[in-house]
Amino acid sequence: MSDKPIRLKIKRQNTPDSSPYWEEFSVPYTPGHNVISVLMEIQKNPVNSRGEKTSPVVWECNCLEEVCGACTMLINGGVRQACSALIDKIGRELTLEPITKFPVVRDLHVDRGKMFEALKKVGAWIPIDGTYDMGEGPRMAPKDQEEGYRLAKCMTCGCCMEACPQYNSRSSFIGPAPTVQVRLFNLHPTGAMNRSERLETLMEKGGIAECGNAQNCVRVCPKEVPLTKTLAELNKDVDLYAIFGMLKK
Amino acid sequence: MATHHYYSFYLRRFHSLTGVIPIGAFLVEHFFTNSFAMFGPEVYNSKVAFFMGLPYILLIEISLIWLPILYHGAYGCYIVCTGQVNTFRYGYFRNWMYLMQRLTGVIAFAFIIYHVYATRISGLLTGQHASFESVGRSLDNPLILAFYVLGILSSSYHLGNGLFGFLITWGIAIGDKAQRGVSILCVLVSAGMAAFGLAALSYFV
Repeated sequence: MSDKPIRLKIKRQNTPDSSPYWEEFSVPYTPGHNVISVLMEIQKNPVNSRGEKTSPVVWECNCLEEVCGACTMLINGGVRQACSALIDKIGRELTLEPITKFPVVRDLHVDRGKMFEALKKVGAWIPIDGTYDMGEGPRMAPKDQEEGYRLAKCMTCGCCMEACPQYNSRSSFIGPAPTVQVRLFNLHPTGAMNRSERLETLMEKGGIAECGNAQNCVRVCPKEVPLTKTLAELNKDVDLYAIFGMLKK
Repeated sequence: MATHHYYSFYLRRFHSLTGVIPIGAFLVEHFFTNSFAMFGPEVYNSKVAFFMGLPYILLIEISLIWLPILYHGAYGCYIVCTGQVNTFRYGYFRNWMYLMQRLTGVIAFAFIIYHVYATRISGLLTGQHASFESVGRSLDNPLILAFYVLGILSSSYHLGNGLFGFLITWGIAIGDKAQRGVSILCVLVSAGMAAFGLAALSYFV
């Protein structure tokens, strides 16, 4: 058992437009591997399990401690971070695929740009830049800080987007991650100055109404972001705004 | 500056609202009224006559029953088309409920179209309105009976679980504890409605 190699079946794709194909690899087992370090072994010696020299497998990663969100992939069918997928926990038979809701750049590397576009769309920032110093902002209640902190842990890794049945090519839904960020910036006393604009974006096509309540998002989120609770909270905010806010116009 | 459209939001919220009011409320009333069948054909037929004799009955039916169901069903079919089922990859309880909600919705919609045609529209066309006897006769066909059972079970599930979605969509059940609580409550509503509907059906068989 202890010298049984780590066997990988990887779904590869050479260019964004080419067809995917499967390639198998075998990496000698050493204790303490994670999926990233196994991929690094392949990179050092890019030979597939049939002994053929091949191109090294491409993937994306940065932090290696599950805070950056770059190494999201399908590992044995489920979406998660490769860096925190420990071989000693998940076993030595691995199937790696790129996540399916974003365009593949190459192999396991996808372009999560759509998610950042959505963050821009909902106004997921606090505009404080001006031509003069505007001084200190209002104070924030500790209770709101705590709630905000849990939402701020989102690393736009795309796990919730991948598992959401309503986020796909046939729907215009912007997905759970960008949607719940509206709550974070509306909670902030300075951010709240743009509250109505953010709520209005969530009322547009692709907004919060397209959530289907399957609640996969909260189950797969590696950062324990309270997605479903926040979506319900935002539903309340948006509904009240949709009824009473719009009647002011 | 791009123009902003909010119609899809209002259409979707209207879909949620119609599911409970008037459709959900009507389903409860419908099962209740049909339970008069337990007192036998005369009582049941007199209740049918009472409803048929209400002023503006056709207007009430069209505005409070037919159009809302047509809208809810048609928009629901559109919602089904925008989803991508992944229950086998992510087999969580709520994801199963999500799939079932769509499945039962489509079944219930198909059943209701048949049911309204068979017991109401055909009556309007021929002048032969539904009665205890005519419903009982059609239920002699085991396929029709099975379709009724399926229709009742689907509608009951769809209402109970739809209520869960409703409570979240309208920001009523927010916290995890509250959502767990109403989730259990909604399963009970589904089960209760199924028993209620099947009991009403049984008086005709």
